[in-house]
Amino acid sequence: MTPFGLLDWSDLVFAGFLRDPSVNEAVASAAGAFAVLGAVAALVVLTVKGWWRPLWSGWLTSLDHKRIGIMYVVLGLVMFARAIAEASVMRAQQMAALGEPGFLSAEHFGQLFTTHGTIMIFFVAMPLLTGIINFVMPLQIGARDVTFPLVNAVSLALTAAGAALLMVSLVVGRFSTGGWSGYPPFTGAAFSPGEGVDYWIWAVTLSSLGSTLTGMNFAVTIYKERCPGMHLFRMPLFTWTALCTSILMIFAMAPLTVATLMLALDRYAGFHFFTAGSGGDMMNYANLFWLFGHPEVYILILPAFGVWSEVFSTFSGKTLYGYTSLVIATMCIAVLSFTVWLHHFFTMGQAASINAVFGVATMLIGVPTGVKVYDWLLTMVRGRIRFRVPLILGCYFLATFVIGGLTGVLLANPTVDYGTHNSLFLVAHFHNMLIPGLLFGMFAAIHFWFPKAFGFRLHEGLGVLSAFLWMGGFLCAFMPLYALGLMGGMRRMAQLPEGPFGPLLAVALLGALMIAAGFAVFVLQLWWSVRHRDRLAVPHGDPWDGRTLEWALPAPPPEWNFAVLPEVDRRDPFDAAKLAGIAYALPDRYEDIEMPANSAVAPALGAAAFAVAFGLVWHIWWLVAFGLAAALAAIVARSFVTETTRTIPAAHVRQVTEGWRSIARVATPCPRRAEATGANRGRARPQQ
Amino acid sequence: MTKGIPVSEDEGLRAELRSYAIGGILSLALTGAAFWLVASRALSLRTTLLVLGGLAIVQIAAQLRFFLHIDLRKSHRDDLQLILFTALIIGLMIGGTIWILFNQHARM
Amino acid sequence: MSDVTATRHPGLNLNHTDRETHDRAESVMFGFWVFMMSDLVLFAVLFATYAAQSVHGIAGGPAPAEIFELKSTLWQTLVLLTSSFTMGLAALALKYRDDRRRLVLWLLVTAALGGTFLYLEGADWLRMARDHGAVPQVSGFLSIFYALTGTHFLHVSAAMVWIGVMLVQIGRFGLKPEVKLRVMRLAILWHLLDVVWIGIFTFVFLFGVVQ
Repeated sequence: MTPFGLLDWSDLVFAGFLRDPSVNEAVASAAGAFAVLGAVAALVVLTVKGWWRPLWSGWLTSLDHKRIGIMYVVLGLVMFARAIAEASVMRAQQMAALGEPGFLSAEHFGQLFTTHGTIMIFFVAMPLLTGIINFVMPLQIGARDVTFPLVNAVSLALTAAGAALLMVSLVVGRFSTGGWSGYPPFTGAAFSPGEGVDYWIWAVTLSSLGSTLTGMNFAVTIYKERCPGMHLFRMPLFTWTALCTSILMIFAMAPLTVATLMLALDRYAGFHFFTAGSGGDMMNYANLFWLFGHPEVYILILPAFGVWSEVFSTFSGKTLYGYTSLVIATMCIAVLSFTVWLHHFFTMGQAASINAVFGVATMLIGVPTGVKVYDWLLTMVRGRIRFRVPLILGCYFLATFVIGGLTGVLLANPTVDYGTHNSLFLVAHFHNMLIPGLLFGMFAAIHFWFPKAFGFRLHEGLGVLSAFLWMGGFLCAFMPLYALGLMGGMRRMAQLPEGPFGPLLAVALLGALMIAAGFAVFVLQLWWSVRHRDRLAVPHGDPWDGRTLEWALPAPPPEWNFAVLPEVDRRDPFDAAKLAGIAYALPDRYEDIEMPANSAVAPALGAAAFAVAFGLVWHIWWLVAFGLAAALAAIVARSFVTETTRTIPAAHVRQVTEGWRSIARVATPCPRRAEATGANRGRARPQQ
Repeated sequence: MTKGIPVSEDEGLRAELRSYAIGGILSLALTGAAFWLVASRALSLRTTLLVLGGLAIVQIAAQLRFFLHIDLRKSHRDDLQLILFTALIIGLMIGGTIWILFNQHARM
Repeated sequence: MSDVTATRHPGLNLNHTDRETHDRAESVMFGFWVFMMSDLVLFAVLFATYAAQSVHGIAGGPAPAEIFELKSTLWQTLVLLTSSFTMGLAALALKYRDDRRRLVLWLLVTAALGGTFLYLEGADWLRMARDHGAVPQVSGFLSIFYALTGTHFLHVSAAMVWIGVMLVQIGRFGLKPEVKLRVMRLAILWHLLDVVWIGIFTFVFLFGVVQ
């Protein structure tokens, strides 16, 4: 064996094209080339613009929760671009392959749906929601940072290492064909030799380690870092959902880690956890995977519920209807989510009585979720509604999410599930929950909090355009799948039989392209807004007539968030302060503030984790050993560092705070009808 | 062990030492009982398994109480809740897994 | 001193003996407890798998009762239980005596007991492999047996490294707050590994021998 383990020049994706210049290989090579060119372009831009130093000292080594949050969101968006492209290619293949072979091999198609699913869950949804919680939650509870800023950065680095592994797999070697859930025995060594499944195992494991640490960090932050007077039942609803999601992360990621590591032991060391013989039990893999997988669904959706709660309340100009019931519903969902995992494998052969118990438990979750929908509707009743992008997406979410929920209740019935299991009906159902629920929630959050993060709004018209492309695209892409599923179309098929599938598949392809176009418009919107940021600037920090503490800060907020930790005596404290006319009052006195100092430990650990994972995939054992040693050394060395904070002098805090507030106090308040115009500089005229 | 806050440091030290000593003796006794039960085969298989499980739970509770100082006092409720919630989740996971896998196995 | 401020964080605490550190400890210690709970879930899933595969996964290989030896398990258990007790004494030395020598002494005793445990467990594994050919590649039961006990073994090993680092830090920094908090978290880890071992000796070894 060479020093590079199993790695060989022929593993490069381009070598595959040279061996076999087919369309199938051309698509793979083009994707690989695109990844390489993207990376090279990024390096060139960083070098030409001289951004390496600011990137390193301002971002990669920063422990500021706001910057870490933004980096998470950027990671999620980059990966999202790849996942959309894959979805479009898959639908195009299915269109081209009606009764014919199509242009992709089944093996390549398998890689596409595996990476699409893995990326969307672990490297789009999780980074987006983690990033937004990271940015928003400490601001909402009146804290200066999370409890463990370094752990926060390490979580990001681990997630990024996992994402990097996925990107590298585009160029070096092949990815798994086992789907995002990676069921053995197919993914075992006997049926999937080679590096594909190993790439999947280590990418997912890194991501799950990062999420465990994140969950712990957020939960402790919410428990211990709330500002004076911020009782649990005064927390904004987004923070509540962040808390429940964090608790789910703490408890639900461990089964995934165990399942992937057991699969790795099967593959690398000949163990028999999930093998087809020698006492292995592959059904236990499904059991372990969904012990994680089902709570994961709620990890994904709960923060979006929090976003929607903020959006409906803010853009209706009203307090949230049924706050307490929303909190209780969130807690119920969190606990119930641990009692329903079996509904992912109703057809695996256990007794009908067990199926019935889990089916009923599954239907029960519909109850608290229904409570939420009514609360959101009632929040809008008699509100002064403003259709900004987040609320447009929100109304659409309410309508479509209910449809998805109803099909979920259908699938919760084991007898129905036997007929629809693994069909396109299921694919339609979970996309119906996750696209309008989670993804649109995250895009609503990006539109909502972008001005807070960067100091300027996103262009409204382009936002509306991209929202409508997404909304129409979603309907076209997934509603036909319900019908296709009932017509017998199965998921994960490179080819569907000729016949009645054609027209509906064509609509689905159109939908996928519309979603891709919506994303392109979103990118255009970002670019346009950055170019014209002066016109869109909201330096006073409150563009939407916000209600919670984060809107009391300038946009972007200073590193220390709050010059003086706020004290609250009710919910929606900033709204009350604006009505009382004391929102921009100056603090009596200032103190030195201690903030975490930058640290290179997180990028070092991320690099070490990547090295270990890459070494494991290609059996480069010296690299594995080196990476593990480097990680251990970094952790131990860090524990000997004594200066982990730096002090920001009170005078500087005073200067920044008074500089902002003195301008904000005299700024002209913007009425809500001018919200989407240049008159909105981030000082809101309170609505009585 | 005294319920309130110890008055002096010496008293506190003695109280805590006593607590550790009780915990140590208790865990030795419980371990001894469990091993004796298995070595002697004094009870039927089913009863033995049940008693062993009970002894383990008592011993885990003793570790938490005497070594990790988790108790029922009101000010300690945060961590008690954390542990109880964890116990609930663990119970769901272990109980559910055993239920499902044994049922599947029986029907194979 | 009110009852509320007296116990800012769960379990082991410095309480009134070092107010300043105690105040800083709250979120750090709570965070570590949460982390440990996540770790316990990891063990729980391994236990659940063991419960199934130790019955269904023998696959013609050796059964639990054939390879387990109660005497060896009893020694491992006694050594680890004692180490939990000595770790408690280390925590007391930290809390009341502010006494470096005593603290270091008890940490060394704990580490020695931990090392003995690791040796005994390793020897037990070798015996099973040698006398019964019981290696993890033989059956589903042996796979999960080694995975469960091995995960515990790795945790104890990591805790031993941690003790080593703490000994260096006590020497270099003295008992400054960060060091104290790290020793306390180490103690929590050590006690919880004992809790996990109670599960292992009962549900793996004793259950296995009885059946």
